[in-house]
Amino acid sequence: MNIHEYQAKQIFQKYGVPTPKGIIAHSVEEAVENAKELGGPIWVVKAQIHAGGRGLGGGVKLAKSLDEVRELADEILGMTLVTHQTGPEGKLVQKVYIEDGADIKDELYLSVVLDRAAEMPIIMASTEGGMDIETVAEKTPEKIIKVAVDPAFGFQGYHGRELVFGLGITDKAEQKKMIDFAKKLYTLYMENDAEMIEINPLIKTGSGDFLALDGKMGFDDSALGRHPDIEAMRDITEEDPDEREAAQYGLSYIALDGEIGCMVNGAGLAMGTMDTINYMGGTPANFLDVGGTANAETVAKGFEIILKNPNVKAIFVNIFGGIVRCDRIANGILEATKLVDVNVPVIVRLDGTNAQEAAEILKNANIDNVIAATDLGDGAAKAVAAAKQA
Amino acid sequence: MSILINKDTKVIVQGFTGGEGTFHAEQCMAYGTNIVGGVTPGKGGQEHLGKPVFNTVKEAVQATGATVSMVFVPPAFVGDAVMEAAAAGIELAVIITEGAPVRDMQAAKACAVKNGMMTIGPNCPGIITADECKIGIMPGSIFKKGNVGLISKSGTLTYEGANQVCNEGYGITTAVGIGGDPIIGLSYKQLLQMFQDDPETEAIVMIGEIGGDLEIQAAKFIKENITKPVVAFIAGQSAPKGKRMGHAGAIISGSAGTAKEKMDALREAGVEVVVSPAEIGKAVKKVLS
Repeated sequence: MNIHEYQAKQIFQKYGVPTPKGIIAHSVEEAVENAKELGGPIWVVKAQIHAGGRGLGGGVKLAKSLDEVRELADEILGMTLVTHQTGPEGKLVQKVYIEDGADIKDELYLSVVLDRAAEMPIIMASTEGGMDIETVAEKTPEKIIKVAVDPAFGFQGYHGRELVFGLGITDKAEQKKMIDFAKKLYTLYMENDAEMIEINPLIKTGSGDFLALDGKMGFDDSALGRHPDIEAMRDITEEDPDEREAAQYGLSYIALDGEIGCMVNGAGLAMGTMDTINYMGGTPANFLDVGGTANAETVAKGFEIILKNPNVKAIFVNIFGGIVRCDRIANGILEATKLVDVNVPVIVRLDGTNAQEAAEILKNANIDNVIAATDLGDGAAKAVAAAKQA
Repeated sequence: MSILINKDTKVIVQGFTGGEGTFHAEQCMAYGTNIVGGVTPGKGGQEHLGKPVFNTVKEAVQATGATVSMVFVPPAFVGDAVMEAAAAGIELAVIITEGAPVRDMQAAKACAVKNGMMTIGPNCPGIITADECKIGIMPGSIFKKGNVGLISKSGTLTYEGANQVCNEGYGITTAVGIGGDPIIGLSYKQLLQMFQDDPETEAIVMIGEIGGDLEIQAAKFIKENITKPVVAFIAGQSAPKGKRMGHAGAIISGSAGTAKEKMDALREAGVEVVVSPAEIGKAVKKVLS
C-alpha cells in the first residue's frame, strides 16, 4: 500500500526526521488559510497523488503571496495531473499540500528498500538529488552509495560514516545531522513494516540543516494487520475501482488493453497464460488470478469484472486445480451464465483436481458459447481464434 | 534417488490441527508421506489424524526424530514458527503459508541460516518426490516418477510443467516450488546443484518470473556448474510495468528484472528457453532425445 507525501511526512515528523512545515488542504479556501497559518513569505503548493514526477507535470508550484497561493490552489485542485508514472489518463488531484518554501543549497537523495539479494534493508544515498534515481543508476552508478543494515544488529556507527563520507559531507555538525537523519529513517522503515521509503530530494539548507523536501512510502500489505494507523491512511480514490472490487472477492485483477479476458488460478500460470495468448497472436485483456479458494461466487464475480471491459471478445478460463477444485470452477461458470450475460465465447481448460467431474458438469449443461479445451496451448489457440472471429 | 526428501523422511506439521493443516496433512499421508506428528500449542497430548500432537517443536523432535517440518500456521505466526523449528534442530522447513510479513521472513531466514536449517517458501506449493513423499499442497497424482527435476517460483506452473513432462512420457524425480516472495529459502542455485548431483535426474526444468534477479544468478551458475540439460520458462513477458510509486527496489541489482533480460541470460548460458509454458513438455523431449 502506498501513501501520500503529506502522510509520509507525518510519519517522518513523528520519528523526528526533519521536514518543512506544511498543512494539507482539500479546498482553495483551506489552502489560503493554511498559508496564512504557516506565515510565508514563500509557500509551495503541491498536488497530492500517488505518483512521482509531479513537478514536471505542473503539480508543484511556488507562491510568493497569498493571492498566488489562491490562484495556484485553484489551478491544481481538480486538475488531471499526467506524469510519467500515472499513464496517459493521469490522476485527478483532490488535495494540495501547502508547505513552507525552503532555502535550498544542495539536493541529495536518500532511500531505504529491501535488498532481496542481501536479504536485508539497504540505505541508498546519492549527491544527485532531484534526478530520477534510475537514470543516475544507469549513467553514473558510482554516485549511488549503498549501505546494507542487518536488522539483527541494527544501525551502527559505520553505516552512518559510510553514508556521510560517501556523500562528501565534511562538516562535523552536518555529518552528525545526516547520520541522525538516516538512522531515524531506518528505524521508522523497520517499525512500520515499510516496503520502501524514498526522499528525493533531501535538501541541505543555507544554514546546514537537512530536510525531507519530498517523501514517498510504500508498505508491506501482509503486515498492515499490525499497523491500523497506517491502514487508516489508505486513500481508496487512488486505487483502481475494478481492482479493488476484485480484491474484496479474493481475486487479483489488473486491466490490460487487449481483447481476450483471462481467468486463471495462480499468478505464475496467469502470466504464463497471457504470454501464451501473445505468442499465438492474440492480446490479453486482463490479468486475473482467482486464487486458491475460488468458488462459484468468486468465479461469477470474475466474469462480471472481465465483461465490464467492452474490448473483451472472448474469455479464456485456464485452471490447473491443486487446492482449487475444478468442479467448483465448472459450477461457477454455470452460475455466472445465470447471473451475468456472458455474450462472448468462453474457452474452458480445466485440469488437475476433479477435472473429470468438471468436464461432466460442463458437458451436461450444454451451453452454446462454452468451448472445451484440452490443454493450455489448445485453449490459447481457441481463444485467439474466437477473438479474431468476433 | 531424489533430492532433499524421500519415503523415509520423518515429517511434522506445524499448525497441524487447523483447517488447512488438517486437510493437507491428510492428503500428504494418503500420498505416502511419513508424517510422524504435529505441533499445535495448547493441544499437546492429543491425537490428530492418528498421530501425536505436541505443544512445541522441541518436544515433537525429541519424541519422533522428525527432520522436516511442514508449516501451515497463519501468516502472522510464520516467523515465530520457523525460528522455533530452527532452534529445535529441524533440518528443513517447508513453509506453505501465504502472506507472511516480509520483515518476519527476513528475521526467520537469518535465524534458519544461523542454525543450519534449510527452508523452502514461504507462499509456495511445497516439495514432492514422486511416488515417495509429498510435503505441500500440490495434486500428487500428476507427478509420475521419472528423470526430470523441477524448480518453480509459481505453484500452478509447477503443476503445468510436471503435467507436460509426464504427458511426454517422462517423469519427475523431485519438484520444488520455491515461492515468489521477496525473501525465500532454497533458491535456483542450491537446487540446481542438488539436481546436478542426483544420479537419477537427467534434465532440469526451471520456471521463473519477472522481478528480482534470482534467474540471472541462476543463469550464471548454470553456465559454470551445470552439465545436465536445463529447460526454462520465465512468466510475465506480457505483464505491464509495475504500478509502483517508485522503482528504488529495481536498481539495487542494476536491473529491472524483465522477462526478456532473464530469458536472454538463460539462453546465453545454453538453456533451452521456451516462450510459452505450453512448450515445456516438448522442450524436455527435445533435450532428452
